[in-house]
Amino acid sequence: MLDLHRSLKSMKNDVDWVSLRLVTEKTTMRSIRDEKPDRNHIIFDHGIMVEVLVNGHFGYAGTSDLSDSGISRAFAKAVLVAKASSNHKVYDFSLAQRPVAQGRYSSQVQKPLDSISAKEISDIFIDATKAMKVSDKIVSRSATTMIVETDFHVVSSAGSEVQQNFSIVSTDYSATAADGNETQTRTDSGGLARCHQIGAEIFDRVSILQRSKKIGEEALELLSAENCPTLATDLILAPDQMTLQVHESIGHPLEYDRILGDERNYAGWSFVKPEDFGRLQYGSKLMNVTFDPTVPDALASYAFDDAGNPATKEFLIKDGILLRGLGGLESQSRLNLPGVANTRSSSWNRAPIDRMANINLEAGDISLEDMIASVEHGVFMMANKSWSIDDYRNKFQFGCEYAKLIENGKITKTLKNPNYRGTTVKFWNGLKAVSNTRETFGSPYCGKGEPNQIIRVGHTTPYCLFADTEVFGA
Amino acid sequence: MSFTENIKKTFNAVADHLLAQLQRGEDANINLNAEESLFVRFNGNKVRQNTHVEQRTMGLLLQKNNRSANLSFSISGNIEEDIQRADFWLAEARKECALLPEDPYQVPLQNNGSSDSTFKGQLLAEEDVVQAITTPAAGADFAGLYCAGPLVSANKNSKGQSHWFATENFFVDYSLYMGEKAVKSVYAGTHWNQDEFAANLAQSKNQLSLMAREKKTLQPGAYRTYLAPGAVAELASMFYWGALSFTGYKQGSSALKKLADKEKSLSPLFTLRDNYGLGLIHRFNSLGELAPESMDLIAQGELKNFLISSRSAKEYGVTGNAAEAYEAPRALEISPGTLSREQVLKELGTGLYLSNLHYLNWSDRPSARITGMTRYACFWVENGEIVAPITDMRFDESLYDCLGENLMAITDFAEVDAMVSTYESRQFGGKKVPGMLIKDFKFTL
Repeated sequence: MLDLHRSLKSMKNDVDWVSLRLVTEKTTMRSIRDEKPDRNHIIFDHGIMVEVLVNGHFGYAGTSDLSDSGISRAFAKAVLVAKASSNHKVYDFSLAQRPVAQGRYSSQVQKPLDSISAKEISDIFIDATKAMKVSDKIVSRSATTMIVETDFHVVSSAGSEVQQNFSIVSTDYSATAADGNETQTRTDSGGLARCHQIGAEIFDRVSILQRSKKIGEEALELLSAENCPTLATDLILAPDQMTLQVHESIGHPLEYDRILGDERNYAGWSFVKPEDFGRLQYGSKLMNVTFDPTVPDALASYAFDDAGNPATKEFLIKDGILLRGLGGLESQSRLNLPGVANTRSSSWNRAPIDRMANINLEAGDISLEDMIASVEHGVFMMANKSWSIDDYRNKFQFGCEYAKLIENGKITKTLKNPNYRGTTVKFWNGLKAVSNTRETFGSPYCGKGEPNQIIRVGHTTPYCLFADTEVFGA
Repeated sequence: MSFTENIKKTFNAVADHLLAQLQRGEDANINLNAEESLFVRFNGNKVRQNTHVEQRTMGLLLQKNNRSANLSFSISGNIEEDIQRADFWLAEARKECALLPEDPYQVPLQNNGSSDSTFKGQLLAEEDVVQAITTPAAGADFAGLYCAGPLVSANKNSKGQSHWFATENFFVDYSLYMGEKAVKSVYAGTHWNQDEFAANLAQSKNQLSLMAREKKTLQPGAYRTYLAPGAVAELASMFYWGALSFTGYKQGSSALKKLADKEKSLSPLFTLRDNYGLGLIHRFNSLGELAPESMDLIAQGELKNFLISSRSAKEYGVTGNAAEAYEAPRALEISPGTLSREQVLKELGTGLYLSNLHYLNWSDRPSARITGMTRYACFWVENGEIVAPITDMRFDESLYDCLGENLMAITDFAEVDAMVSTYESRQFGGKKVPGMLIKDFKFTL
């Protein structure tokens, strides 16, 4: 049995500080396509990251060998790489970037994940793909889930001990309709966008079958829908598209490691400069954005980041003014700016970097019905299917699965192939209305970092109305 | 014992043990992916982070009673401990098989032969890496990643098949900056040569000097455009996103459906193949099947072959070609043409020279339309002379146009785009692509 404290004891005299981060993760992928099993894969990953502070520089070594000799070898490697780089380090770090942390966190679940069997999930998914078959023109139907059980256990030579256990389920239901050359796909709010810290209660048969039937019907409906027109007009985005809009045009540009240039060789830099905090009118006065790791069912809720910093809700943008960025203790010191607890690693085999967690848009004061009624002419888009933005997070182009045309305050027809494009600050300053209800989505696949890391992010957002936006179709 | 020697011994022992435990009516396919890697991340020619990683993952596919259970698990490299772990996961796989529905497209395992290749490289000593990078980069605003170490892929199955592929390689994926202007390069290989790296850096510094001029901002519109190999490599990455997947074609998600149905065509200048002769990746897939040494996917503008996994082949009653389950190229090559390096700017005349593209995605899949951004060293050219770097622009363009009648010429040289992806683990692979001259390439923002 691995005893982290015993392992730590043998190391701590040789370095200024050392921590051990043990990560155990079980991922279960289950997929049914056209009522037949498509993918059933269980991935059990475990390993330990040894992190040391030597001469003001953090060194990391991860291993899947959890024996005493394996951990000792990793410790020696961490010391070696730290010493080899400490004369060329970007910053002289100290224990100020690794506060002592003690505590536990567990996802809130109603039904434990092991309360539902592989057979029960398969049976529900077979029926879900049956429910999507509303016409012979539905040519492909799938139901997919990714179930993740993750345990992080961190101890440090300064006395930290943190245990965090996550219960995560992502689902996707998808139908593709085809008629001649026309092909349209509708999903359950975008591929795996329904991802939460949750238990087996998410596999609610009645709700899944209802949604699956609607997905099939809407895929079929899109076959005969008009193409989204090309013009500049009012644009309403549903929460399942707002999640992408917030992620790409707020979350990423506010990451301090991008602003510092750490990320510029890979994901990119940022149009945001350090001097913009407290000054930049990022959006209209209706725009209020928070970093909030306390939303119970959101994908990226936690109690401490990997540096041991306690996670708390913070306003990033208030009344449209940029206040605070997304940087952990290391980046905060380098920039001399306040930040958040977002020093996060994807697993035991990667060093933590500045990542998004839950980046949310606060609710407004108008109902969706009143928002639609206020639009003389516009397009209402739902569910992301295409995304692209430049490396400074300025010029974006996003596509959705499904849209409605709004004329004189009423929804009049369905539109296919809806896309829109814009530039970040101008777009957010065109925010005209924010709904009083919100929904939570997210992504299990946010990519960034060198070496590359995938991290989970959550976004709770309202419906939003944007003025004078360039929309277009296929 | 080296990392590679240790994991080979462990894999053989644990895999053989697992296969010996199989009961009547059971078949199994076993994979190994392992690496020992040093990652050093640089910003401003200083070290931001450095990480050493040893990881080993074993995959087990158990077939029983027409059911398929697929499991992957971390192993330690210690034989006794890993055998205990493997026994546990074999028991779990049997439980899975008892719970899952029958799999009508299960691929019966076969003996696809054996192979055993180990390539030893010459890598920098771990303690020498920082000096080797920062000394020649002195004076430059250097950002990027050094990555090196042994990388292993192996396979065995219950029919007697056995494959082993191990190599030691490295890459330096970097960019140099002049304020917000930048150039990009990758130095990759199996034998580190300090002079070659210094020459690569010198070439990048020289290219960066061209960025000193004031940026030119262009209006959206259609421009005659040269895509350098780095930009073509990004464009070619879109062929990984289901475009050449036979399953994608059958299920309506292939962006090349109209090409396959002969409603659209590409230029006769354009030929794309999967070519394992490039030596970028092993031929065996995760079922141990051997892909053809070289297979044209698109030849002279016509679709010749989709990539077809054995599972798809069984589902749709066609012949497979040993594609992985995701049915994407693993050793993509685009044939060179006749445009010489010296003639590129002259033939471009007035237009855009794009060294790199960024963040591509389908904007309209049935029309094979792609949106993305320009990035790094991109220039406005007039009368065959570089005039100024450009402000980044967004493009939105169909492959049927830019690789169709608007494809004017392909260079007579091609460059290897080394695999630098490190999501979850290091990867084998890469591609080899030339540059392309295109008329009326469409920019929207």
